[in-house]
Amino acid sequence: MEKTLTIPEYKADWAEGENGKWGMVIDMDLCTGCQACVAACAMENNISFVGEEDAGYGRTMHWIRIERFWEGTYPEIRMTPYQPILCQQCGHAPCEPVCPVFASVHSQAEQINLQVYNRCVGTRYCANNCPYQVRVFNWRDWPRPAPLENQLNPSVTVRRRGIMEKCTFCIQRIRQAEDVAKSEGREIRDGEVVPACAQACPADAIVFGRLDDPESRVSQLANSPRGKKLLEELGTLPQVTYLLGG
Amino acid sequence: MAVAAKPLPHAHTHATEGPDHRESLMFDPRPRGLMNAWAMEAMHETSWKFWAVAAFLALIVLVFLVGAWAWMIMEGLGLAGVNRPAFWGVFLVNTVFWIGISHAGTFISAILRVLKVEFRRPFTRAAELMTAFGLIQAGFSILMHMGRVWLSYWLLPYPNQRQLWPNFHSPLTWDFLAITTYLLSSLMYLYLPLIPDLAMARDRSSGWRKRLYRILALGFRGTEEEWEHLRKAMTIFAFAIIPVMFSVHTIVSWDFAMATRPGWSSTIFGPYFVIGALHSGMAAVVVVLFFVRRMKHMTYFVRPEHFDALGKLMLVISMAWAYFFFNDYIVQWYGGDKWTRMLLEYHENGPLGWMWMLMLICNVAVPWLLLWNRRVRRTPWLMAIIGILINVGMWLERYVIVPISLTINRMPFTWRQYVPGIEIPLGIGTLALFILLYMLASRLIPLVPIWEVQEGQMVHSLERVGKTYVPVVKELE
Repeated sequence: MEKTLTIPEYKADWAEGENGKWGMVIDMDLCTGCQACVAACAMENNISFVGEEDAGYGRTMHWIRIERFWEGTYPEIRMTPYQPILCQQCGHAPCEPVCPVFASVHSQAEQINLQVYNRCVGTRYCANNCPYQVRVFNWRDWPRPAPLENQLNPSVTVRRRGIMEKCTFCIQRIRQAEDVAKSEGREIRDGEVVPACAQACPADAIVFGRLDDPESRVSQLANSPRGKKLLEELGTLPQVTYLLGG
Repeated sequence: MAVAAKPLPHAHTHATEGPDHRESLMFDPRPRGLMNAWAMEAMHETSWKFWAVAAFLALIVLVFLVGAWAWMIMEGLGLAGVNRPAFWGVFLVNTVFWIGISHAGTFISAILRVLKVEFRRPFTRAAELMTAFGLIQAGFSILMHMGRVWLSYWLLPYPNQRQLWPNFHSPLTWDFLAITTYLLSSLMYLYLPLIPDLAMARDRSSGWRKRLYRILALGFRGTEEEWEHLRKAMTIFAFAIIPVMFSVHTIVSWDFAMATRPGWSSTIFGPYFVIGALHSGMAAVVVVLFFVRRMKHMTYFVRPEHFDALGKLMLVISMAWAYFFFNDYIVQWYGGDKWTRMLLEYHENGPLGWMWMLMLICNVAVPWLLLWNRRVRRTPWLMAIIGILINVGMWLERYVIVPISLTINRMPFTWRQYVPGIEIPLGIGTLALFILLYMLASRLIPLVPIWEVQEGQMVHSLERVGKTYVPVVKELE
């Protein structure tokens, strides 16, 4: 009797040029560096407030950060475009194979990279291996200053000390939209899922949607000649496209 | 039954004339009973100073290891200095360092035993103990490093209700399995050559010691058959443990080499780490021997000739380390990758550039300038200082590889220097525990394998060739 075992694939292994399901486009020419996305993300995803001291020591927990650089030396400096960095949801993610306990896995259904908080034992190998340095670690159980303990998002797990976390493309919003679409017996419409960062962006610099739908806004923007991928030479196949110049 | 060494078919008569070889332990035999009595006395007679030091170390272990660790488990890793981008810090440095220390044990005892190198005889035990005790510290250090240490058993492949399994693609899983294998096999390898000495101690002690040794000696009586079995088992283990030892430190290096990071993804890290481990381990053996020599009667067993021989080995290994270091460096530098170039620049001229420099001084300059000198090699205290310096250098090498290299990544916005926090007391705690375990072991087991020395003295003889006497070693098996 032949028994077939189907072992679900836990790490992404895409061929070059292949597209995932969800993708994001960030227009760096539109970004004003206002940090609204950072705040919105922190509220939506129950991100800890680490306080001044830990933040100054490189322990901020933001899942999205605005990188700003300048050229030249003071006072003759020229700002370069702001660079919002979040998890690139790599199709070939370096963080996935190195986790000894499968806490960093690829979601089969959504084709994005997720962190299983309950499984994480805190070796922090994934964070070392992430070329974008977008993974953040719960170094402590930080207290939530009042009244912020009353605004926790019930759809998102509150993480405790000793585990790794990172941007999920607001998986809770994706799932909710999918449920609604399923109950109405239709596909998800373009623009129906909006992550917190995109929702908060006043300049509409962040566009989110399905990459496997060539008609979607995000697909069209991602294929624009202004599109660039971050650290493309590493072959990580990121799902986030940056638009710049041109 | 006071038989502890294999009786040889014919007795040797040591030449009394000819050149004086008595400087060498193998040609300076003493009655077996006397040697056994010395070993027993070295275990039994303890001054109050010894216990004062032991109590002090125990206090350090209690406060710095147990206490600080408990606090860190309660508070989280925020107490340590790790941050982004240096997600790995001194805990990993200490892990690699202690695994390195533990390597010399096997190297000295297994490789030298397999190659029948005779000068190994009096210090195989001290070296093997180092393997066991070093691995315990390495295990503690890696557990401290984990964010949720109370779940560390999830790395074990055990059947469970949730059907979860460790990820065998992860170098950390390989590491976990390799270190466990190495710990178990090195403990067995430590135990086997210990049996005849335990039997000897059993026959010469009373009270609780007698009961303890009776259990541990497994009823060893020293018959021909028992010796044959023991020798066979030791040979099997000595051969089998050599590839295990090489694999362990290679796998430790893969934790770094497998990652996509500038400075880490190097194909030469495997042998580079193995030789680095031998470098620090060999130096640590010398330091341990220096202290063993200060125990009662031990100047007879541990002699300048042994420091001399180890010094030569250290010099060779230092050269090998320099070769691998240079090889690793030149390829990375010549490659010209933007990030690697910045990293090398940061290593040498960054705020912690002195560490990089001191590493080269301790690991290369000190041994190369001093160890060629026979008089230096035969001065135990000087050798102990060199041994400590080499270990400082090797610790710095790991520090340069782990937190300093992590500081430079491909996202310059996140660059930030790492400053160790609670890692320092915890590291001191592991060091104190290492020394304390040695001190306690010296009260329970002979730190010098008496039977191995006696066996060596039996097979060594001076034979007359023409007009002169030459030292001869006979095959035992």
